[in-house]
Amino acid sequence: MAEPTLTDDLIAAHGLKPDEYQRVLDLIGRTPTFTELGIFSAMWNEHCSYKSSKKWLRTLPTDGPQVVCGPGENAGVVDIGDGKVVVFKMESHNHPSYIEPYQGAATGVGGILRDVFTMGARPIAAMNALSFGRPDHPKTRHLVSGVVEGIGGYGNAFGVPTVAGEVRFDAAYDGNCLVNAFAAGLADAGGIFYSAASGVGMPVVYLGAKTGRDGVGGATMASAEFDESIEDKRPTVQVGDPFTEKRLMEACLELMATGAVISIQDMGAAGLTCSAVEMGDKGSLGVRLDLDSVPCREQGMTAYEMMLSESQERMLMVLRPDREAEAKAIFDKWDLDFAIVGETIAEDRFLVMHGGEVKADLPLKALSGEAPEYDRPWEPTSPAAPLEDTPKIDPIEGLKSLIGHPDHAAKDWVTEQYDTMVMADTVRGPGRGAGIVRVHGTDKALAFTSNVVPRYVQADPVEGGKQAVAGAYRNLVATGAKPLASTDNLNFGNPEKPQIMGQLVGAIEGIGAACGALDMPIVSGNVSLYNETDGAAILPTPTIGAVGLIDSLDEIIGCTPRDGDLALVIGDTTGHLGRSALLARAFGRSDGPPPPVDLSVERQNGEFLLAHRDWVTCAAPLSTGGLALAAFRMAERAGIGVSIDRQKTTASLFGEDQGRYLVACPFDNAEGLMVAAGQAGVPLLHVGRFGGDQVQLGSAKAPLAELAALYRTAFAGALA
Amino acid sequence: MKAAVLVFPGSNCDRDLAVALRAAGASVSMVWHKETALPEGTDLVAVPGGFSFGDYLRCGAIAANSPVCAALKTHAERGGFVLGVCNGFQVLTETGLLPGALIRNSGLRYICRTVPLQVETAASAFTSGYDAGVRIDVPIAHHDGNYVLDADGVARLRDADRVAFTYVDNPNGSVADIAGVLSGNRRVLGMMPHPERAADPALGGMDGAPLFTGLIDALADA
Repeated sequence: MAEPTLTDDLIAAHGLKPDEYQRVLDLIGRTPTFTELGIFSAMWNEHCSYKSSKKWLRTLPTDGPQVVCGPGENAGVVDIGDGKVVVFKMESHNHPSYIEPYQGAATGVGGILRDVFTMGARPIAAMNALSFGRPDHPKTRHLVSGVVEGIGGYGNAFGVPTVAGEVRFDAAYDGNCLVNAFAAGLADAGGIFYSAASGVGMPVVYLGAKTGRDGVGGATMASAEFDESIEDKRPTVQVGDPFTEKRLMEACLELMATGAVISIQDMGAAGLTCSAVEMGDKGSLGVRLDLDSVPCREQGMTAYEMMLSESQERMLMVLRPDREAEAKAIFDKWDLDFAIVGETIAEDRFLVMHGGEVKADLPLKALSGEAPEYDRPWEPTSPAAPLEDTPKIDPIEGLKSLIGHPDHAAKDWVTEQYDTMVMADTVRGPGRGAGIVRVHGTDKALAFTSNVVPRYVQADPVEGGKQAVAGAYRNLVATGAKPLASTDNLNFGNPEKPQIMGQLVGAIEGIGAACGALDMPIVSGNVSLYNETDGAAILPTPTIGAVGLIDSLDEIIGCTPRDGDLALVIGDTTGHLGRSALLARAFGRSDGPPPPVDLSVERQNGEFLLAHRDWVTCAAPLSTGGLALAAFRMAERAGIGVSIDRQKTTASLFGEDQGRYLVACPFDNAEGLMVAAGQAGVPLLHVGRFGGDQVQLGSAKAPLAELAALYRTAFAGALA
Repeated sequence: MKAAVLVFPGSNCDRDLAVALRAAGASVSMVWHKETALPEGTDLVAVPGGFSFGDYLRCGAIAANSPVCAALKTHAERGGFVLGVCNGFQVLTETGLLPGALIRNSGLRYICRTVPLQVETAASAFTSGYDAGVRIDVPIAHHDGNYVLDADGVARLRDADRVAFTYVDNPNGSVADIAGVLSGNRRVLGMMPHPERAADPALGGMDGAPLFTGLIDALADA
């Protein structure tokens, strides 16, 4: 079939700017073919090339004695001792989820699971961080129900427990929802697989589902802003099949165990193009593909379509040539397609053949190595003016404004649609900051959390970036876990705007500082830019996913207080209300600076809690909503009342000072804990006690049952 | 006791079920769906939860026609013991070994939650570890757990004391709150709740464990 002639419009439609197209011409010394234009478009879009963020991502701390493999592979790999590693990453699927929420979210989960088992790890935990527009926006209900059902539909059938996550609502996401999916897997330290091909003349093997026309141009779509033509983009969203993915995982893990696999790369964004180039580039080899051998779902597919299809549940492998029969037998067992579609070659060349014709003949290294990289102009975010006044509110009314809002209400409506227990190792499921999953067959466990407060990042990207990491650290520590490492999923607006670029630069600075100080290096991540509709950007949302290690199940800190326990706060309370949840919910305000993060205090307070875990009944990180919300949630979980009568002001009850934990401890332990805190120089304040059937904040009180009913029904009330 | 856990390509609770059976003292082998025979001396066939063949058609319908299910039916017809959990229950209704069918939850959504059950009868090997009438907390995790059966069928089950478990607070619309049913010879049990997820103290509950230990004790006595 004749390929279309390249016109300026066609080039622009591929997301290539005139200077980028000139770069293509300079590089190959001729006009590219249509298929080649598609390949450049796929490799050089923001989603695949990180051209706007690369300069800044390089500044992040990515090393540590625990790190086996940092960013650059399909997922990060971290040592957990006893010859085991945890493999994890978080990735966005924002644009597709807004266009087609069920399939967009489902394939987001599928993509991140594939990233993990491509490395040789069996997925053991999933999380997701979701941001939607305001609850009463006409699209929000449709998006929430579709996204949640899509995540459940894929993860539940695949068979991985969802153990933690976040759901938030803000008008800034009205035109762009965020779906950030995290997955973690377990592998033997010696059983990790990478994408670098090695050896010339090795068979390149295609595995998994057949290639269809779905998702053609998806990565380019995900690198553009939205406007009113968005409905036309629906055909660029892929369709997920968790049953095939499950079989693909089992087959890949089985094949990897035989020693037949040299390298492996999943086909994600930009499908066959990205995966083949990645394998060649990392291995400093060329690749020849013969598209006539690619298993196709539809007839008459062109080279262009095959190279850009984002059909799901597909893998590319380089196999040992003498092991093809063994590999084919395993794929036959799982009823999956298996085809040799090319070979590695010595030259630096990406040669794509179809129907006896050369459809693309490009220098392979240059496709990724020569991708444009920008040092985009940026403006630092101006510091927010201090709060002009400290608003006051009856504390029970303040609490109701929080627990009656879906951001802070119980999320059972969401989490009950996820299988949180499959694999029978879930020690703590969603709804408690961090989830805990036992390392199968051992007494160890891993804790998983995700965190960011976009209001903070908007006001001060550096402090907000620090807080995203520090909050994740706190969520892990409160379970008793030692934080190990992080993954970052950076969601921002259009980086060509200096203010947006300034948010990205500032957030990365803050994240880097915190990851360094808290010893939680970034081992994987993803950047999603152009989250704008008609020029309106989302709140800057750098989601941090983090993993902690629990050496023994005995070391887990509880999350339910006992009747009669004292309530104590670790860390200093100044009553910082700027950018707080209370301001937003009770007063409709979003002003003032966010709470500052003192990283050395953060670490000191966290280490104090870990060292004294045996003294406390339970612990919770203090974050949005402050002491009042944390105390209520703890009490509600236990079904007993709480009296925080020693803190009386709005600021001390709802302030969001960082570095703090609420702990419950038996009366007999309190004095010893006080002495230990004094010796360690850690502030520890007795704020009240658990018991009775009332929630008392300062001098105001209400029955726990009444508040619990609001807390348990508000989410569904707002959205269902 | 020798147990065989069936493995379909989309099973995802096969390992969980094997772990719970082993913890109770069974020796367990995993049997691939393309097998035409069960291991020699199999006492119990366990059909696990998951999405056997993706469940894009009726849940369990394709699995019920797999080679291993022919062996399963022969095993049951000879008086062998069979336990089907969640997707396994769906498979057993599709094979005709148990009456009724499982359709989409009345709320139309997937539900994963620990729910209270009432043990309706202790008169089976599966429920001999419980006292009839006790309440136990066991997780459910399903999209299609709404048990349907005509009124006569329900009456026949009741009359024959073949309702093994009921929901205390019906989560999915099941007729007569039925959560698990026994075959006429009381040797086949299908249930939507997951006892294997409540058989390890580290996971927060042990109410499912008596099903496995009771079964093994009963078979040892038999």
